[in-house]
Amino acid sequence: MKLLTHNILTSKCLKGVTVGYPLGIVAKEVKVNEVEFNPEFISRMIQKVDWPALCKAAENLGHLDNLPPAVVDDYENNEDFLKKAHHFLMEIEVINGDLICPETGRKFPVTDGIPNMLANEDEV
Amino acid sequence: MSGRPEHQAPPEIFYGEDEARKYTRNTRMMEIQLVMSERAVELLCLPENQPCHIIDLGCGSGLSGETLTEQGHVWTGVDISSAMLGVAKEREVEGDLLLGDLGQGLPFRAGAFDGAISISALQWLCNADQKSHNPAKRLYTFFSSLYGCLSRGSRAVFQFYPENSSQVELITSQAMKAGFTGGLVVDYPNSTKAKKFFLCLMTGGQQPLPTALGVDSREDAPNCVTFSQK
Repeated sequence: MKLLTHNILTSKCLKGVTVGYPLGIVAKEVKVNEVEFNPEFISRMIQKVDWPALCKAAENLGHLDNLPPAVVDDYENNEDFLKKAHHFLMEIEVINGDLICPETGRKFPVTDGIPNMLANEDEV
Repeated sequence: MSGRPEHQAPPEIFYGEDEARKYTRNTRMMEIQLVMSERAVELLCLPENQPCHIIDLGCGSGLSGETLTEQGHVWTGVDISSAMLGVAKEREVEGDLLLGDLGQGLPFRAGAFDGAISISALQWLCNADQKSHNPAKRLYTFFSSLYGCLSRGSRAVFQFYPENSSQVELITSQAMKAGFTGGLVVDYPNSTKAKKFFLCLMTGGQQPLPTALGVDSREDAPNCVTFSQK
């Protein structure tokens, strides 16, 4: 699970959850990959990304180094910023661990890079 | 029509280890899936030359996802079968994968995606695989959560195998309730073998449906059924 995916994931399908975002991460295994940089895609995604949640996630993973604390002005033309955003959104992957609902504490396990978002029948 | 997969077992059971492997080794099957995936992406009418963020609903072993990657898009896939997702992992698909049940709703933030495709999956939502399942409610939960996580103006295209017209009615009515407009595009309507159903849903208000393939005359295609909110 890339941090881009984590950034858009919620637990709001659970009964009794209002917002369910952002999900906490406790990671047992994290991988850093090399992914082709697509500045146009990253530029557009920055509009959707919740930047504080991204920082929180990177911090949870112990990979906060170098991540700018906020989106800079004129980011579309700032290749250095776009490359950093790309690295954090697309190249850091949680392989094993848990995602945690901020309202109920319910855990969603991540195994082999795949989060299990299946809820029990009495949870939805 | 006996022998429909969804009458035999719930999808996570039907697509167990053996079937998952068979599915992804059957070259004819793969070719059909590829053609349908390309057609679905075409029907999405995405802006040209722009990499988009797409959700693949019922992504299975990643066959349709590969079409998305090939066309330069970034995608996330959801499926209920861990065996199928395992095969996708083995094939090292680019998209992120999630184990989930579409009928429980999509767990994503508002406006997260620029589009959605789904190949051969929607008919599975029409069955009650457990006593507690109410297909209409699950379809509504699915469509309303999908509507929420699509950015305004984007589309969702579903290639699926409807069992009968009341199933089509069930699906389209829940999609309408959830706020979608759009309709059914039927390619090659006159060929039993080649006929394919694509449900094209839109979030930006009623727009003309794309033209179906394999329609002989140039008159308003009788095989396109448009529906809208009102």
